[in-house]
Amino acid sequence: MFRVDTGSGVPIYRQLVQQVRRDVMLGRLRPGDQLPSVKEVVDSLSVNPNTVVKAFSELEHQGLVVRRQGIGTFVAASPSMTSVPVAPRLLGSLARWVDRARQDGLTPEQIRMLLEVALDEPAASQGDRRAAGGVA
Amino acid sequence: MSTALRCAGLGHRYGRGIWGLRDCNLDVPAGSVVALVGPNGSGKTTLMSMAAGLLPASTGTVETAGGAPAQRLGRIGFVAQDAPLWPRLRVADVLEIGRCMNGGFDTVLASERIQRLAIRPRARISALSGGARAQVALTLVLAKKPELFLLDEPMANLDPLARRDFLGSMFEACTETGATVLYSSHAVAELERICDYLIVLRTGQVRLAGDIDKLRQQHRVICGPDGWPDGGGWQVISQRSTAGRATALVRCDNGAAITGPGLQDAAPTFDELVLGYLDGGAAALPEEALA
Repeated sequence: MFRVDTGSGVPIYRQLVQQVRRDVMLGRLRPGDQLPSVKEVVDSLSVNPNTVVKAFSELEHQGLVVRRQGIGTFVAASPSMTSVPVAPRLLGSLARWVDRARQDGLTPEQIRMLLEVALDEPAASQGDRRAAGGVA
Repeated sequence: MSTALRCAGLGHRYGRGIWGLRDCNLDVPAGSVVALVGPNGSGKTTLMSMAAGLLPASTGTVETAGGAPAQRLGRIGFVAQDAPLWPRLRVADVLEIGRCMNGGFDTVLASERIQRLAIRPRARISALSGGARAQVALTLVLAKKPELFLLDEPMANLDPLARRDFLGSMFEACTETGATVLYSSHAVAELERICDYLIVLRTGQVRLAGDIDKLRQQHRVICGPDGWPDGGGWQVISQRSTAGRATALVRCDNGAAITGPGLQDAAPTFDELVLGYLDGGAAALPEEALA
C-alpha cells in the first residue's frame, strides 16, 4: 500500500505518514482496518525499519492509528481527520477543473505545479516569479 | 539512548605523512543505520578500520559498544572493501572458520542463506563471482550477530536483486538485535532509504554528522538572483550559479524560512544535503563535529 519517492524534498517517514492520512481522508482506509506490519513495509520497500517505526509513531501521535501490542497497528475508531470529511462537492469541482486543464493541453506535471502555486501563493500574480525561477 | 560508536579527538596519521583522519568527534546512537559518505581518500576506510580495532589511534580515543574496539571484537562485524576472503578455501570451510572463531555463530542462518543464494558450498572462493564472494563475506558477518556492523561499500558488487536480499537480512538483524550499522557508500541516491544517520567526511575531517531527518529540517535550499547569499548573515554551506541565478544550501538551525525579494525557499532533498557538504568550501565547521 506504500510507495516512496527518494530524491524528493520530503523525508521518507513523512511520505508514509501522508499516504496513510490521504487514504483515511478518502475513505480507502476505514476505522479498524489493519496497517501492514513494520516488517512487511521494510521488506516491500527496502527501507530502514527505524524510518517505518518513526512513521507509525507519528501516526499514533496524530491520533490516526492505534497500536495494539503484539497484534498490530489499526486505523483509530474516530481518526481526528474524519470528523471533517472531504465534501464530495469539493472533490467534484476539483475533478471538473482538472478536466478543463487537460482539455487545455496541460500535462499532469503542469497541473501539479499549478496546484502548488495556488496553495503556496494564493495571489495569482505572484505565481509568475516562482515559475520563472523554478524551472531548472 | 546508549552510544554505539564514540570518537573523541580521534585521528590517524599514516607514517610521518598525511592524516587519514583527524580531530574526529562522533556520538552515534545505538540502533542507527549510519551512512558514511565522502570522496575517495576522505577517511571512511580509516575510520572503519579504527572502529574495528585494526588501526591504532594516533590521537584521541574510539569506543565501540562501550569499550576499546580491541576488547570488543566479538561484538563487531567488519566487512572490508572488496570482501577479502582466502581464495583457495571452499565456501563451507570459510563458514566453518567463522563458526570456530566466533562464539554464538549462527550456523543455521549461514547455511540457509548460502543455499538461498544458490552458492555451492563446495565451490572455492576464487571460483565465485564478485557478487557471490561479497555475499559469502556478508553471510559470515550476519551469522556472527554483532552489535555493530562496519560495512565498507558492502553492495558495490551486488546486482539489484542481491541488494534487496542483503538489505532485508541486514534490516532483520537490526530489528532483532537492535544492532547499529556503519555503512559506507558512494551511491548517495540509495542511502536515503537505507540510513537514518549521516556522517559526511572530507579530507579526513567530519563535515556533518547527525540524525538525517533533523539535519533536513536544519537546512534549506534557496535560489535567488546572483549574489544574494553575500552578507546575509546566513551560514552558506555551498552555492552554485547558473544563468544569473544562485542556488545555495543554507544552514538555519531554528528552521525558520529565509525570505527576501526574489528568493525561493525549498526543503533540501537528501542528495542536495549530502552533495552540498561534499562540495562546500574548505572552511572547517568545528561545531558540526560535536553534533
